[in-house]
Amino acid sequence: MEKEGQIRIPSGCAIAAVISTEGKLMSGEGIARSMIPMHERSNGLGGGFAGYGIYPEYKDFYALHLFFDDRTTRKNCESFLKEYFEIVQSERIPTRTIPLITDEPMIWRYFVSPLPSLLIRLQLDEKELVARCVMKINREMSGAYVFSSGKNMGTFKAVGFPEDVGLFYRLEEYEGYSWTAHGRYPTNTPGWWGGAHPFTLLDYSVVHNGEISSYDANRRFIEMFGYQCTLQTDTEVITYIMDYLIRRQGLTLKEAASVIAAPFWSTIEAEKNEEKERHAYLRMMFPSLLITGPFSIVFGFTGGLMALNDRLKLRSMVVGEKEDKVFIASEEAAIRALEPDTENIWAPSGGEAVVVKVKEEAMKWV
Amino acid sequence: MGIDYIVPEFEVVRNEQRCIHCRVCERQCANEVHSYSEEAGMMLSDETRCVNCQRCVSLCPTRALKIVKNPCSFRENANWQPDLIKEVYRQASTGGVLLSSMGTPKPYPVYWDRILINASQVTNPSIDPLREPMETKVFLGKRPEKISRDPEGNLITKLPPQITLSMPVMFSAMSYGSISYNAHASLARASTKLGILYNTGEGGLHEDFYRYGPNTIVQVASGRFGVHEGYLEAGAAIEIKMGQGAKPGIGGHLPGAKIVGDVSRTRMIPEGTDAISPAPHHDIYSIEDLRQLVYSLKEATNYEKPVIVKVAAVHNIAAIASGIARSGADIIAIDGFRGGTGAAPTRIRDNVGIPIELALASVDRRLRDEGIRGNVSLVVGGSIRCASDVVKAIALGADACYIATAALLALGCHLCRTCHSGKCNWGIATQRPDLVKRLNPDIGSERLVNLMNAWRHEIMELMGGMGINSIEALKGNRLMLRGVGLSGKELEILGISHAGE
Ligand code: SF4
Ligand code: SF4
Repeated sequence: MEKEGQIRIPSGCAIAAVISTEGKLMSGEGIARSMIPMHERSNGLGGGFAGYGIYPEYKDFYALHLFFDDRTTRKNCESFLKEYFEIVQSERIPTRTIPLITDEPMIWRYFVSPLPSLLIRLQLDEKELVARCVMKINREMSGAYVFSSGKNMGTFKAVGFPEDVGLFYRLEEYEGYSWTAHGRYPTNTPGWWGGAHPFTLLDYSVVHNGEISSYDANRRFIEMFGYQCTLQTDTEVITYIMDYLIRRQGLTLKEAASVIAAPFWSTIEAEKNEEKERHAYLRMMFPSLLITGPFSIVFGFTGGLMALNDRLKLRSMVVGEKEDKVFIASEEAAIRALEPDTENIWAPSGGEAVVVKVKEEAMKWV
Repeated sequence: MGIDYIVPEFEVVRNEQRCIHCRVCERQCANEVHSYSEEAGMMLSDETRCVNCQRCVSLCPTRALKIVKNPCSFRENANWQPDLIKEVYRQASTGGVLLSSMGTPKPYPVYWDRILINASQVTNPSIDPLREPMETKVFLGKRPEKISRDPEGNLITKLPPQITLSMPVMFSAMSYGSISYNAHASLARASTKLGILYNTGEGGLHEDFYRYGPNTIVQVASGRFGVHEGYLEAGAAIEIKMGQGAKPGIGGHLPGAKIVGDVSRTRMIPEGTDAISPAPHHDIYSIEDLRQLVYSLKEATNYEKPVIVKVAAVHNIAAIASGIARSGADIIAIDGFRGGTGAAPTRIRDNVGIPIELALASVDRRLRDEGIRGNVSLVVGGSIRCASDVVKAIALGADACYIATAALLALGCHLCRTCHSGKCNWGIATQRPDLVKRLNPDIGSERLVNLMNAWRHEIMELMGGMGINSIEALKGNRLMLRGVGLSGKELEILGISHAGE
């Protein structure tokens, strides 16, 4: 049977996320618990989490999380990493043996910093170098897979139900100011850990529920800019699109949202002056990055989250608040599991980006 | 006169019981097939002149007429097909190059018919175009590589000049001269009504049609007929014609008989002279020269009009297109070898060039490999026959399609393939005033509008079925296509999987 990446596997899903606008740290136990009421939305073939602010002691280093098939691959990969990075810490990611999670690969993490001399020689900025190395490993080194590569954040994912994946990775031992979670319902059995979500590049992470119909139009466009869609999943291509629009093109979050979930022309025509011009421009400038078909995503980045639905709102997604916290999930039940007294629960309309950021003062501490 | 070796291709079957000797067929046939014999008191037919344009059949008030294939044929021979034998006879008697019209009728593979389109089931929903918005609007033109902002950080929202189309289809180049005033009028009016564009072809723009300028592409071909400043400024875009799918590598030839009155004035050449456009542009012998022409046209029009470079699909089309993309062109138009023509040497039409499906697939891939596909728009033509061909072309990677034969069919063309004779009984490919007036531009433009509206609905239904509600999400979306009965190599070039994969 072909591994994910060699074929495209559609899947349905559940997503949840939480952020503290005060930058208050929350243990990962809560987000794992929130996935329990949405058990039916996953089928045990993939679950995962991304936490932000979880590595304060290494916050200036890129945290690379890797799966290895065997020891030799790990050794090879480590020598590759050493050519580009100073590795300040390398260790196995702590896990807990539980009967529901089996066949685990070797799971390691490395805290690294790109070699300054190399950056000068290659005339690259730090992030670009990290992104290129990650894509090189994922494309060329069979048996090794980087599944997290940002600073002061990390992704944890596996084949299993999300709540079990949380237990497996001992999420209760991490504290972050924001968390996202994903449970997957793929239509056939990849049985490969790399195929679980969130999907990340640098500190950008995406959890996504849906199946986009524009996939190949988006993929073939984004691959022009050095991105390699090795997994053939929507989440992967959405992550690259966001990276391209925000990091490489310099768009704001809201601008990027109005590229991928562009307003209909009829809406744009009814808008006024600058807004109309801006929306029309973004649609005409990046037509191949419009995403159609059902999706709800939570896009995580350093200091914030963005929730976005496709423009027809073909997938459910609700947002709620309680004190400093904002919750986002496929179903209200997930939010209630995290915080029973959540207020102001509402459903953002299709194409409406909800951006929540940690207050600037608070970001200094995390 | 020696023996005519060629047996007529068609037989005129007249039902004598129905015929009322009204002589409509006689008056309608510019080829003079029908005549009335007072003596015999009946209609006669000279079948050697019949081209099977079906004008008489359509107009006979009693439905007395039928044109059928003449069953009298040569002895069967798989190698020496009847057409070949007849062509030898013809050349042996005239000593000339054979001329043909419209696209090649030879049974080359039509890849559109070997490609199937996807639809959503279960894992994502299809979209009902009657209930949800379904967008078919496209913009053609250059896109810069990066966004830019003003000092306050606001996006600078100005883009290079663009063409706006309500749907991804345009009427392809057909010159005034090769087709009639009324045909042009129909195309121009329909484009305006539809919010799409038509193309003047290489014969200039008749003064009456300047008012349709915003929906006109003005063409500059190697003969430069009818090109002047006002002409360049009249259109929404300028097309440099480097080649045509039906006759790659050669120029055009409009016989002096068609260069009459307004045609001569519009082309700015004397009446009765043959209008011969040279094979190459004599100021373009290389890609750098093309760049100069692109920029002189832009300079002449103040950088306000996108420039299209149209080329025929030939073997090395991917490399050629990549050169054009870097020459400053805003839009590349590729014309496949099954495309139509008003007149072309038969051997060239039937043997030179490559199918548009393969050309499109390899150009789109090459431009992506080079990272420049986003900078230019790609328009394809050369036998786009229906809405599903359009959808397949877009999914393979085109921004829009050019159609011409389909548009002429809407105007009444019956594909008799004798446009080069100048005696089109349907008033399309002719300049004879008595024939031209048979095409009523009010009706013609309405039929074109109907055709395009029908296609647009079909495109929307196909898109909705795939769960796509905007045409840009279909562009280059090859996962939506599967091949049937194609070889591994063909699939590889088309960049699609086989059905069942
Ligand atoms: S048009 Fe028909 S009815 Fe009239 S003369 Fe011809 S065949 Fe007879
Ligand atoms: S345009 Fe007229 S002459 Fe040409 S093929 Fe059509 S009907 Fe025949």
